[in-house]
Amino acid sequence: MISETRDVEPEAKPEATPEATPEATPEATPKLPRLHPLGVRIMHWTNAVAMIIMITSGWGIYDDYVIFHGVHFSANLRLGAWAAPSLLWHFAAMWLLAINGLAYLVYGIVSGRLKRRLLPIRWQELKGTVVDSLHLRIAHEDLTMYNAVQKLLYIVVILAGIWQIITGLLIWKPVQFSAEVALLGGFQAVRLEHFVGMSVIVGFMIVHVALSLLVPSTLWAMLSGGPRERHPAVRT
Amino acid sequence: MDDHRPLIRSLQRRGLLRGGLSLGFLTMLTGCDVGDSTSVGKALLSVSRWNDRVQAALFDPNKLAPTYPESMILKPPKFNAYFDITQLKPVDAQTWKLELAGLIADKRPWTAAQLATLPIRSMVIRHVCVEGWDYIGGWSGPTLRSFLERVGADLSAKYVAFKTADDYPSSIDMATALHPQTLLATQYAGETLADPFGFPLRLRMATKLGYKNPKWITAIEVTNTYPGGYWESLGENWFAGL
Repeated sequence: MISETRDVEPEAKPEATPEATPEATPEATPKLPRLHPLGVRIMHWTNAVAMIIMITSGWGIYDDYVIFHGVHFSANLRLGAWAAPSLLWHFAAMWLLAINGLAYLVYGIVSGRLKRRLLPIRWQELKGTVVDSLHLRIAHEDLTMYNAVQKLLYIVVILAGIWQIITGLLIWKPVQFSAEVALLGGFQAVRLEHFVGMSVIVGFMIVHVALSLLVPSTLWAMLSGGPRERHPAVRT
Repeated sequence: MDDHRPLIRSLQRRGLLRGGLSLGFLTMLTGCDVGDSTSVGKALLSVSRWNDRVQAALFDPNKLAPTYPESMILKPPKFNAYFDITQLKPVDAQTWKLELAGLIADKRPWTAAQLATLPIRSMVIRHVCVEGWDYIGGWSGPTLRSFLERVGADLSAKYVAFKTADDYPSSIDMATALHPQTLLATQYAGETLADPFGFPLRLRMATKLGYKNPKWITAIEVTNTYPGGYWESLGENWFAGL
């Protein structure tokens, strides 16, 4: 019964079409998935909160015994009034970061989203995009397609996140994982490597936020879901 | 309506930015209050207790921490306490006694001379401080396990707690207390412990952060009631396993 009425409806009520606004029209066609489905958006903003807590509490922990002489983080940037609360924040938000990150990777791999969005990266395209960016030509008309630089940056930051979980676990448990700590150069080396991973992520965040403000439709897309995919073959 | 859409979107964007800022600001504010009775502070402390249980599960009682050649021993070791070294109050070995309490069959106190009759073990291990620094130290003394067995402690109890001459209560889980690299240290680098490092008796574990190793021990208690500790009461994690 229901399918019958659906088949009949468009012909029986042609007057319904003018009511539809231009923006509503794509809704009427067979629904293509949005650029960022709801799950991706939730995981993105959860990750943003978790990362900011991990980074700012990490700065509080770092400042208790700095790696680079004279390099401190301002008290205004540190989460936690002193090292103990910073550690409490760090070892609480790690669960949020790890569980959310794991969910994102499982979803991205199972759905094929990661592969479709981030691969392949072509060297010629990468060079071209870098040259364009240096000339301040930032073309990003089709939000559903990532350019080579975007792909590379997203891959780097995902790997950096995984790296932080691994090096963080080794700093936390250097005896239980003593062989792995030795493989990465020892306890102080792993501390440094954890710091480097943080620096890569902070560097990414600065570029990522700056570009999203330059092309605000990308920021809006991560809130509303963004445009629907253009090609039926493309699924999120 | 369509004419206003860009405006609405820009307002929503600004709302997001403001929301983001105030969220950051909120976490900064609450971060200052951790350790007290705020709901965020309480939540963080309960995650810390959860992390105690995770760490107990991660702890392998048979896994030995790496050991190092004696040539790497730092001499003297690093002094670190909640007070400055100038405020140090040395313990008099002549009057010193080790009191025993709780789930222990033979609670007679021990003197330094009696302790010296126990067989000792040595280990050269890495000391890791929660602050991030580390050094290699060489420690000797009876294992805590051998001592607990000798006095008839209930080895199925949950905690071993310590009292010290510098009012630095501390406690550890029984699994770590029975680990072969958990010593009641009486010597450093083959010589009697010096005053700043816990003479005459201190705990030294290869599997816990530095602050879990009380110095100048005066009493040991075996208990099933969570005893906490000095830094733990200020917000540091209790298990603190390496």
